[in-house]
Amino acid sequence: MENNTNDTGGMGYLDKTANGRGILAWILSTDHKRIGLLYAIVMFSFFAVAVSIGFTMRLALIEPGHKILSAQTYDALFTIHGVIMIFIFIIPSIPAFLGNFFLPILIGAKDVAFPRLNLLSWYVFVIGAVLAMVSLFTGGGPIDTGWTFYVPYSIQTGTNVTLAAFSVFLIGFSSMLTGINFITTIHRYRAPGMKWFRMPLFAWSLYATGWVQILATPVIAITLLLIIAGRVFGIYLFDPASGGDPLLYQHLFWMYSHPAVYIMILPAMGVVTEIIPTFSKKPIFGYTAIAMSSLAIAFFGSLVWGHHMFTSGMSQTAKWLFSLLTFIVAVPSGVKVFNWVASLYGGSIELEPPLLFTFAFIFLFSIGGFTGLMQGALAVDVQVHDTYFVVGHLHYVMFGGTAFALFAGIHYWFPKMFGKMYNKNVAKLALLVMFIGFNTLYFPMFVLGWEGMPRRSYDYLPQFHTGQLISIIGSWILVPGLIIMFANLIYALFKGPKAPANPWGGVTLEWKIPSPPPRENFREIPVITERPYIFNTGAGNE
Amino acid sequence: MNEPFPHLRDQVYDGTGVKLGMWLFLFSEIMFFGMLFLLYAVYRTRHDAAFHAAALNMDTAIGTLNTAVLLTSSLFMALSVHAIRDGRKRLTEIFLSITIVLGISFLVIKSFEWLAHFQHGLYPGSPVLLRLGKGEIMFFGLYYVMTGLHGIHVFIGVAVLSVMLVLIHTGKIDKTRFAALENAGLYWHLVDIIWIFLFPLFYLIK
Ligand code: HEM
Ligand SMILES: [Cu+2]
Repeated sequence: MENNTNDTGGMGYLDKTANGRGILAWILSTDHKRIGLLYAIVMFSFFAVAVSIGFTMRLALIEPGHKILSAQTYDALFTIHGVIMIFIFIIPSIPAFLGNFFLPILIGAKDVAFPRLNLLSWYVFVIGAVLAMVSLFTGGGPIDTGWTFYVPYSIQTGTNVTLAAFSVFLIGFSSMLTGINFITTIHRYRAPGMKWFRMPLFAWSLYATGWVQILATPVIAITLLLIIAGRVFGIYLFDPASGGDPLLYQHLFWMYSHPAVYIMILPAMGVVTEIIPTFSKKPIFGYTAIAMSSLAIAFFGSLVWGHHMFTSGMSQTAKWLFSLLTFIVAVPSGVKVFNWVASLYGGSIELEPPLLFTFAFIFLFSIGGFTGLMQGALAVDVQVHDTYFVVGHLHYVMFGGTAFALFAGIHYWFPKMFGKMYNKNVAKLALLVMFIGFNTLYFPMFVLGWEGMPRRSYDYLPQFHTGQLISIIGSWILVPGLIIMFANLIYALFKGPKAPANPWGGVTLEWKIPSPPPRENFREIPVITERPYIFNTGAGNE
Repeated sequence: MNEPFPHLRDQVYDGTGVKLGMWLFLFSEIMFFGMLFLLYAVYRTRHDAAFHAAALNMDTAIGTLNTAVLLTSSLFMALSVHAIRDGRKRLTEIFLSITIVLGISFLVIKSFEWLAHFQHGLYPGSPVLLRLGKGEIMFFGLYYVMTGLHGIHVFIGVAVLSVMLVLIHTGKIDKTRFAALENAGLYWHLVDIIWIFLFPLFYLIK
């Protein structure tokens, strides 16, 4: 495999002579690696916008009673922030970017099963994202429903819910097509000898995610179409005045949106599971348990949506059942955390940036997970529902969890993707700043919420001032941290020193091909003879 | 250098993979319509008598006719897949054309049916409908949403089958690589099956 002599200039899939010049060579490419990067560009552009909005919202609450932003503006801001972060950033993030880039390589394939469908998915995604932006300036202007589009307000409001809902519909469609593509790829395109239990665990997590994408996304699709039907055709199936039930909307919405949480977190878990063995030079502890816990999370995770509706009105039986199931899903998640820690135990640990990001992920995700369990307990949820506690929780899970795992994965695979190395010290500094900023920003929200500060509010009582202020200062630390991190990576993209093919001493397939990978990944499809993560150190090899 | 990566071009044709992808898509379609059936189940339980009464506005004869049309089209769809397997191109084209014509007929009949409802003042938000009870409004709401979305699926199916017809004609689909036609067939059968459920739920519950 090493003798890829034809890979002109060692630029692999990035080479301009072999793959064509100009933007068309990118936006018409069916190469899964290029498509992955296309997703990254769109995603991070929107991420920057949504971070700025979050930052602005924080700033606006700097003093109680000042009402720097009007209620309407604040409503619009948190809605746009939420819609972008959830649907355009975090749901596609790891699967569509890192998954697209690395899934075929990790299983020894030349591309995904349907390369053209893959490109189409990107276009659908971009059209959806652009329409979401168009919806801000057309119709009744920026939506103010929150990212949850709850009825009856989403039907009644004069803002442009119709177009926004349609754009989310399109983005969901794209996500579902990606799921179909990945599952087919994993079933059909594994290299010879790569049995199911020889697959790297990132592939396993994408497999579980794929099923959720296929089975849960249509639920939000129909739900959003019903909102559109209500607004456009007057067929309003959730209106009590005509025999409908708004609670059914919430059921349908969370039947998708809770599993969507697993579309976000499973791939994140997969990424850190790749990173940990490489930096402890030890096989992952409990391979099968980790693979199976992904499937268990995907399965049980589909049965717990009701925990978002404890205060909406449900029978007592439904409540304790949903609560019980919520506690059960925590078990496979816990299994993973213990496996990660056990994998580190006794390893020869190298504290490189990807591993440090992984530590941050485990820490922040654990806090997010535990506060999630607190809300899964019936009595506690009544107290903290719709308060800042929830805002704290969701940022710990999605930002501290998924986004930090995404950052970890980027730092892990950056040298592979671009053949360049970033400045590791700056990366560590960025992480430190972000970590401090993150906790300063979001931890006070737990306290504020516990004391009764409602979420989605453009003003607050003076007693919350101290907490709010600390949190706002946190955003002043976090955002510079993000900027340092991205600046470091972008600098490395252009000016970074050349990276060797295997800078971290990893043993999965991507480290056995040149960096950046050649267009077709493998000149010769490799033959797999053993489990992944076998290091030649002798320690703990099975 | 004009063919940088020739081996990517002739990647082995994987009919099984293509069909697997289609099945996954069908699963998502089942979830999509499944949620509507769920809504139907809840509202029907709540407004049992009203649904019953509202269904009296349905013309069972037309509904039955349309069911027959769609079922027959499914038969010809299956026959055309069978014919391509045997490499009988001309026959495949004939069967497929019949399927398409029947699909279009279904849509035409359905539109006339909708028009008739509209003429009776039974459209969303109409004064007639508002005078009826909540259950009736729900019934017709579900009716329009479910048969409407089903109609869109039939329409897409007709479009897909027409593309298939062209592909067969130009030889892109033949007896060595016909997974695309099989997939179109699977989709068509699914659309048919959904109708099989819609028909009794709206026409036969009086
Ligand atoms: C510097 C980064 C960020 C800042 C400063 C920030 C700030 C905020 C603020 C102030 C709110 C509104 C709280 C309220 O009044 O209820 C909010 C809501 C929210 N944020 Fe963030 N956020 C950031 C990053 C993220 C990320 C990375 C995600 C997801 C991956 C995210 C997802 C959400 C969601 C889903 C909501 C709820 C929106 C709603 O209630 O409809 N945020 N954020
Ligand atoms: Cu949930």
